[in-house]
Amino acid sequence: MTEVRFLLAGDSALSVEFGNEISEAINARIRAFRIALERSGIPGIQETTPTYRSLMVHYDPGVIQYGPLTHALQGLLAGLDRIELPPSQVLEIPVLYGGEMGPDLDFVAQHAGKTPEEVIQLHSTPEYLIYMLGFTPGFTYLGSMDTAIAVPRLETPRVKIPAGSVGIAGSQTGVYPIDSPGGWQLIGRTPVRMYDPDRPVPILPQAGQYIKFYPIGRAEFDEIAAQGAGYTCKRRPRKEG
Amino acid sequence: MSITVLNPGLLTTVQDMGRTGYQQFGVSVSGAMDPRAAEIANILVDNPSGEAVLECTMMGPHLQFDTAVCIAVTGGDLGPTLDGAPLPSYRAVAVQAGQVLRFTGPRAGCRAFIAFSGGLDIPEVMGSRSTDLKSKLGGLAGRKLEKGDVLPLRAPRTDLKNLSGRSIAPEFVPRPVYTLRVVLGPQDDAFSPEGIRTFLTQTYTVTPQSDRMGCRLEGAAVQHTAPADIISDGIAFGAIQVPSSGMPIIMLADRQTTGGYTKIANVITADFRILGQLKAGDKLRFEGVSIQHAQDALLTQRKALHNLRHALQVC
Repeated sequence: MTEVRFLLAGDSALSVEFGNEISEAINARIRAFRIALERSGIPGIQETTPTYRSLMVHYDPGVIQYGPLTHALQGLLAGLDRIELPPSQVLEIPVLYGGEMGPDLDFVAQHAGKTPEEVIQLHSTPEYLIYMLGFTPGFTYLGSMDTAIAVPRLETPRVKIPAGSVGIAGSQTGVYPIDSPGGWQLIGRTPVRMYDPDRPVPILPQAGQYIKFYPIGRAEFDEIAAQGAGYTCKRRPRKEG
Repeated sequence: MSITVLNPGLLTTVQDMGRTGYQQFGVSVSGAMDPRAAEIANILVDNPSGEAVLECTMMGPHLQFDTAVCIAVTGGDLGPTLDGAPLPSYRAVAVQAGQVLRFTGPRAGCRAFIAFSGGLDIPEVMGSRSTDLKSKLGGLAGRKLEKGDVLPLRAPRTDLKNLSGRSIAPEFVPRPVYTLRVVLGPQDDAFSPEGIRTFLTQTYTVTPQSDRMGCRLEGAAVQHTAPADIISDGIAFGAIQVPSSGMPIIMLADRQTTGGYTKIANVITADFRILGQLKAGDKLRFEGVSIQHAQDALLTQRKALHNLRHALQVC
């Protein structure tokens, strides 16, 4: 494991860098560090942003300055291996695959030399680690998909992709949380609102959790969609290993 | 108790100190581009810290008041007038019902801020009234002001103590070349010594492609030694990304929360009052300072605002 570095990000933030690659081990260390930081009661911490490589710590230099802060953070690193990570939550996200909701499913299947049903099976089997969120509110950067169903982006991006669309780009998969332009191949759509600014918990997924997709039919899609922000998606602790 | 937008101006939005606490979920902070000017406007009209204000860009709006209220205009000088008569900036002014605030055109800086005593009656979304244009969130339906919009006032006040004394000298002063102080990092080790030297000595020009997300510069290319693309990490206000073109981009209020370009340095918070006023064609250079210098400068500025608020409350 590479040495952890404290990197200056101006006078009110610093980046605690754990590595320079996408790996579950680094993600677990970042998660543990975040828990240690929350428990520590170090004053002046305003918010933290986990990413693939680092945890950005936003702080108030009127409360704690860079020197004392890095000293305190260094102290947390020493005890990091003793932090017991609670089991990750798995968010179960229902997806209506294919048809008008997933106009590119047939292309993905053709590209992979598989049937649409096999694509759905391969896509909805793994539990994908949420490494980080970014790009737009609630957009998840997930762990790698089965490369058997990897597919290039659209040559011409769509101008508007409806919120909830589930897409594939290369070996990445994810959900568009808001209507946005985009070039991912769309294989389905979830009726779950991943993001709703007016809900007490505006954004469902959190870094360090997992997402598992499962196929649903049209009737279930409509039923969940009708519940709107009132629908609570299924969560369960992940079985480790 | 409201204001009617007769003309929205170029880009007028509701902003406060930003939507903090949600960066981990990919939600941009947004907020005033010149937070200090916004804060001074609030202090002048006796609003609590962080009250929502209007941020006006280059061509300000025309606003008609249907009720009396004290206002203050701060930041860049966009030529404010009240019923046609010049309106002094950085001064609390009592506006009467029926009067019209207009901006005749930019004379110095890029952005003016209007605070209304008693605040704008705009709902908070995720803890903030700031407009996030990209995500269509907060402010007035997540967008810029449009003609015919009506902005409700929460509790308009005209009874400010010592109204005539509630003023300070305008803060923004145009310069032929602005100096922005920076703290190097987090990825300054991705650049060659010549690259760092170029960055800290050459003069850069603000391009017209600049907006609330980023201030794009052109000038001498800053040379990398490591790849310009990194595995994503977080982005702070004022972070200076250098993509492979070598042309720096200063990340601003509407920046995305994470990004995959190397960041050579970060503008210090004390200089956001210059950064938030830069417009296309402005020239600037960067001066490297220590983290201690940056934090001292910030605390000195905060103390001055604290003292200003205190002085106006006791006078």
